Amino acid sequence: MSASKYTCPLPRAKALDAYFLEHRAKLIDLAAFLDRLDRADPQGAAEDFRLAALRQALAILSDGRGERARRVLECFSDPTAEPIPKAPMKGALGAWDGKAAKP
Amino acid sequence: MKYIDPHIHMVSRTTDDYARMALAGCVALTEPAFWAGFDRSSAQGFFDYFRQLTEYEPKRAAQFGIQHYTWLCINPKEAEDPGFARDVIALIPQFLDRPNVLGIGEIGLNKNSRNELQILEAQIALAAERDQLILVHTPHLEDKLKGTRLIMDALRANGKIEPARVLIDHVEEHTVKPVLDRGFWAGMTLYPDTKCTPQRAADIFETYGNERLWINSAGDWGPSDPLAVPKCHQELLRRGHPASFIEKVSFRNPVEFLGQSPKFSAPA
Repeated sequence: MSASKYTCPLPRAKALDAYFLEHRAKLIDLAAFLDRLDRADPQGAAEDFRLAALRQALAILSDGRGERARRVLECFSDPTAEPIPKAPMKGALGAWDGKAAKP
Repeated sequence: MKYIDPHIHMVSRTTDDYARMALAGCVALTEPAFWAGFDRSSAQGFFDYFRQLTEYEPKRAAQFGIQHYTWLCINPKEAEDPGFARDVIALIPQFLDRPNVLGIGEIGLNKNSRNELQILEAQIALAAERDQLILVHTPHLEDKLKGTRLIMDALRANGKIEPARVLIDHVEEHTVKPVLDRGFWAGMTLYPDTKCTPQRAADIFETYGNERLWINSAGDWGPSDPLAVPKCHQELLRRGHPASFIEKVSFRNPVEFLGQSPKFSAPA
């Protein structure tokens, strides 16, 4: 790889031309999703762990630092190191529910 | 442009998909054993599946000029019952000498449980004993980061596995660097909602380079696209990457890794 930090062959203006509208739409989708949750009755439940992780990830988008994709993925990840005693299901939820592996 | 899709589950795809892949330039593919979407009721179900992977699918692929290779294992989603899993592992050796079997895969973890890890270690040991290449499945979503670390530790703990003979698949931005830094090969899977989009795969190439890294569709019975690899090629071309870059990641890299098996023959 080139030592330059500009490893995308597209000049920035061309990259904006190519991708801006697509990602503008994705951002508005996300805003509308959060509005939708505001209109949905929480029925007394505490904030869901997935939404908490999403809010943490959103802050990364505007913190001005790089490696945003890696850091966003880490927001949703189980940070523990030990195997869990038993698989509770086959699927995944998209965010870590905070339940650490028990010895 | 000719390419290799090194991870796709053709037992779940139609013959039309073979035709479309051939039209798009696919000349070879490798098919790891995986979860069928339901748990098999007996180890005998795997015996039939391994026959399908080693006898039937190569013939179906050959009708379209596509070379078909495979990997055998019990997948981590059916590894929570260690007794059952060991019965399946006992079936594998009799298939390893078949001409299209490249190694053990896709082994790995799903929910990072102790039983899954125990069965992963048993299959790593089988690969070491029979000098097989390994294709690794890393967990989904929130479980991927931890699972990737546990898998790399298990491979190292075996003591007989060369990282250069292991491909760790489904890497994303938070796992690609540790995998490459430890000497393993890495695969990016192109899925519509989870794993990587073609755009993010191109971003990862631009960030981490194109050595020991490939792309695959992992097309299966769920939301997936057997033409995801050529679609990623279009994304790379759109950005201005040369055709030689695409040839490197989708042909020369797979040939280099898979060619470590004497059974793999590079397509002309």
